[in-house]
Amino acid sequence: MHYVSEILPSLLSGAWMTIKIFFWTLIASIPLGILASLGLTSRIAPLRWILKFYVWLMRGTPLLLQLIFVFYGLPIIGVIFQRYDAALFAFILNYTAYFAEIFRGGFQAIDQGQYESARVLRLTRAQTLRKIVIPQVVKIVVPSIGNETINLIKDSSLVYVIGLGDLLRAGNVATARDVTLLPLVLVGVIYLLMTAVATFVLRKVEQHYRSWR
Amino acid sequence: MLELKNIKKQFGGRTILDNFNMQVPDGQITAIVGPSGAGKTTLLRCISGLEKTNSGSFILDGKTFDPANNRDNDNVIGVVFQDFQLFPNLTVLDNITLAPQLVLKQSKAEAEKRAQELIDQLNLTGKESLYPYQLSGGQKQRVAIVRALAINPKILCYDEPTSALDPDLRQTVESIILSLKQDNMTQIVVTHDMQFAENIADQIVRVEPIKA
Ligand SMILES: Nc1ncnc2c1ncn2[C@@H]1O[C@H](COP(=O)(O)OP(=O)(O)O)[C@@H](O)[C@H]1O
Ligand SMILES: [Mg+2]
Repeated sequence: MHYVSEILPSLLSGAWMTIKIFFWTLIASIPLGILASLGLTSRIAPLRWILKFYVWLMRGTPLLLQLIFVFYGLPIIGVIFQRYDAALFAFILNYTAYFAEIFRGGFQAIDQGQYESARVLRLTRAQTLRKIVIPQVVKIVVPSIGNETINLIKDSSLVYVIGLGDLLRAGNVATARDVTLLPLVLVGVIYLLMTAVATFVLRKVEQHYRSWR
Repeated sequence: MLELKNIKKQFGGRTILDNFNMQVPDGQITAIVGPSGAGKTTLLRCISGLEKTNSGSFILDGKTFDPANNRDNDNVIGVVFQDFQLFPNLTVLDNITLAPQLVLKQSKAEAEKRAQELIDQLNLTGKESLYPYQLSGGQKQRVAIVRALAINPKILCYDEPTSALDPDLRQTVESIILSLKQDNMTQIVVTHDMQFAENIADQIVRVEPIKA
């Protein structure tokens, strides 16, 4: 028990890094994903192509590679990121692509008649999106967004590779130093706690959207 | 009065309406009849501005009028769609008051007061806080009618108002349409049901399929 309280501060500070990456990635990627999904279904062909290529690239290559590319690769051509910025940049770029695909599917599931009935009621395009389309899209995508959110908590451990002090690194350092499995077990427990909290919040969101069909 | 003059509508080179003329007198019920595929829905969509016509003109109260680009809130053409197209994420009351608030800039209280009158008139009292999925077909249709009326349209259009309903509800739709006529509402009703058209209409306009 004494040992646990000794390593806990470093684990918690690692967990804080994990939470920061998780949080900022989510906050940025969801709105960017919505914008990109509108671009993916846009009438402007070049915009569509560029976004399709971007989504294809992000989903077709490992996030680990993207992370290494941003932090170790880009400096070669003069683009230098701090570790933390590199991690956020790569994560946001990657998750925006996944969210864009999810939202694209959501938007395409909306009946054209909904736009038309909003139009004969004289709603503007923005009002139609905000009041009618987006709430329906959100309801459709919540389960898939939830899956990605849980994945993101676990994926955040990939920042280990660029030397960022996250939860996994903190546990690994303690295990290597003290030759005990306990820190890694604790790391597992903390991840489980974080995914449990996220799962709980997602259930609440799903429940909120269950009042209508 | 709305007048359609020489309306032509094509879809990818296929002519659906050719030199179509019609007059819609104020306060009356105009039924548009014709076989399936004749172009009735297309005609309604042109009148309500959801489709652009290829040529011809619309004249509303003596002035030319372009339904597809009309932003004048005094000249609204209301539509009750065949499948109603209520907004599933909004309650009955919110479905009705959304446009009056956003478009006509009514206050919430104003919009709800007017909505409540229409709700009571169309026998929807007590359904205000339900969501569309909790309503029967007939109730959904009445909500769609109230929603369209709430922005004070010049003309109210219906596409096949009897088709999504049980046959015994036909009577109810008839009496709703006739009671709105009592309130001086100008109405255009598309239907393939000749009997229904004869029961309600002041004038019946035929749309015939055009042979390619
Ligand atoms: N958006 C469209 N694009 C191409 N053809 C269409 C479109 N909408 C309707 N049509 C065609 O126009 C014709 C008339 O359709 P419609 O107006 O729905 O007939 P009705 O309502 O009288 O049954 C049909 O042959 C239909 O296939
Ligand atoms: Mg039709």
